[in-house]
Amino acid sequence: MDLFPLYNSLRIAAISSVIVFFTGIFAAYKVAKMPRIVKGILDVILTLPMVLPPTVCGYFLLLLFGARRPVGQFLMQFGLKLVMNWPGGVAAAVVVAFPLMYRTARGAFESFDQNLAWAGQTLGLSNTWIFWKVRMRACRQGILAGTVLAFARALGEYGATSMLIGYTPSRTATVSTTVYQLWRTNDEQGAFFWVMVNLAISAAVLLTVNMLEKKNRSGKWHSK
Amino acid sequence: MALEVDIEKRLGAFHLRAAFSCGREFMGILGASGCGKSMTLKCIAGIEKPDRGRIVLDGRVLFDSEKRINLPPQQRRVGYLFQDYALFPGMTVRQNILCGLHREKDKQKREKRADEVLELLRLQEVAALQPEALSGGQAQRTALGRILVNEPDLLMLDEPFSALDTYLRLKLQTELKALLAGYDRGILMVTHDRDEVFRMCDRLGVMEQGQMLTVKGTKELFADPETRAAAVLTGCKNIAAAEKTGEREAFVSEWGIHLSTGKPVRDGLKAVGIRAHDFHPDTSENRFPVTILRETEEPFEWISEFTFDDQAAGSPPVWWRYSREFRTNEPPKQLGVAPADVLLLYE
Repeated sequence: MDLFPLYNSLRIAAISSVIVFFTGIFAAYKVAKMPRIVKGILDVILTLPMVLPPTVCGYFLLLLFGARRPVGQFLMQFGLKLVMNWPGGVAAAVVVAFPLMYRTARGAFESFDQNLAWAGQTLGLSNTWIFWKVRMRACRQGILAGTVLAFARALGEYGATSMLIGYTPSRTATVSTTVYQLWRTNDEQGAFFWVMVNLAISAAVLLTVNMLEKKNRSGKWHSK
Repeated sequence: MALEVDIEKRLGAFHLRAAFSCGREFMGILGASGCGKSMTLKCIAGIEKPDRGRIVLDGRVLFDSEKRINLPPQQRRVGYLFQDYALFPGMTVRQNILCGLHREKDKQKREKRADEVLELLRLQEVAALQPEALSGGQAQRTALGRILVNEPDLLMLDEPFSALDTYLRLKLQTELKALLAGYDRGILMVTHDRDEVFRMCDRLGVMEQGQMLTVKGTKELFADPETRAAAVLTGCKNIAAAEKTGEREAFVSEWGIHLSTGKPVRDGLKAVGIRAHDFHPDTSENRFPVTILRETEEPFEWISEFTFDDQAAGSPPVWWRYSREFRTNEPPKQLGVAPADVLLLYE
């Protein structure tokens, strides 16, 4: 049995989760501080990939990273080929999973008690320290939820991924594209195996979320 | 003077104008909610930026709009005790206090100082607890400890007791006062609670709608509030428009009475105030026939609402408050007030 799709899916999901974690938090932190109108506009743009069909996201990604497009050519100079290559899967997963991280993190930041940051500042603590040790800690539940959701979404990504990197066994195949491909070629058993793999991963993710939530609840802090 | 403030800030229709100084003393700012007193503290701390003005602390310029100086809060060395204490979540009491010691690079000294403060503030037993497991008093002491180890040049308290119930409030007020008795820097506290400032502060400023009114010794201010706003904020229940009719005499048309006053009446008298406690049935001066309308019994006092016999129709009843031991079977027909207790209000 070739386990490449599992390996490929996990590395795409892991790398894109790390990227989405930082970019999502950064965007959420910046947008939460913007004036209302700018906030509204940016919010629509940044959330759009969540409501658009993934194939539409894939279409835009092809427009951007295609071999004859400027961005695609620019990246090629560094040997980074996204189309029909597994790093393209990361790009697809990032775009689709980003809004989940962004929105949950922004919700958490907006309910953050600003007095905590001010208290830190008047104590002479640096803004960077306050961000990581106080703000992120107070918002950890939202951040954590966002990260897990983003990871799960990246893992299950199909539409944009198949547009951008297609299905090449042992090169670009992911769990979800493999399920479709095997089903299409009448390999019902193979499809069933990968469906079960997918179910197991999803169940594991949800179980982790529940356990982390319980742990957090028994930890005593409630932000007011 | 340790702290000198002269700032202005506009926020929509609200206009903050605060000019005052605070020495190495316990100073209070008394004002209703939304009057700008917390905004003033935030401007001093560097959390809010005034539009114009100057803030100087111990000769250090913290803010000067003309010289374009605006130190970030981190460089101001101003302690700020928040109403909700703002303890960092996910950290123990001890870790919270260690946050205030970040300037001390020597780990051993840091630990030692934290232990000292935990002991001083009687927090050893809860040192390993998270903030939300603390009582109001413990949380307040932790926040205070975190500030004190940071050694600020000024300590500011923002409504420090308003999150507590009445009984606990009194207890913590005396406790905090004792704790801060040895503190040798300036302390600036804002509150809307007149009992609180009276118990705690040496000097007092009154703030109304963004304006700093009278600033003077707490007892002097309660004895002579000078303005209508200060009279209301210090708890004066009976205030009526008045005009000067003699050197020590004023006419209150609403109550239909002429009052002799303790102090000479200046020109521009706007109103007089009489505290509900200051009426007495036995006082011979400023004695007027009254009719008692309604009586309310309180745990240790009685409140009588009455009108003067010549009081204008539609004018609200006057309040008289007296200790229950002075209660007589027959309500008094006449009440008097000592001239010194007539508050002369000019604004």
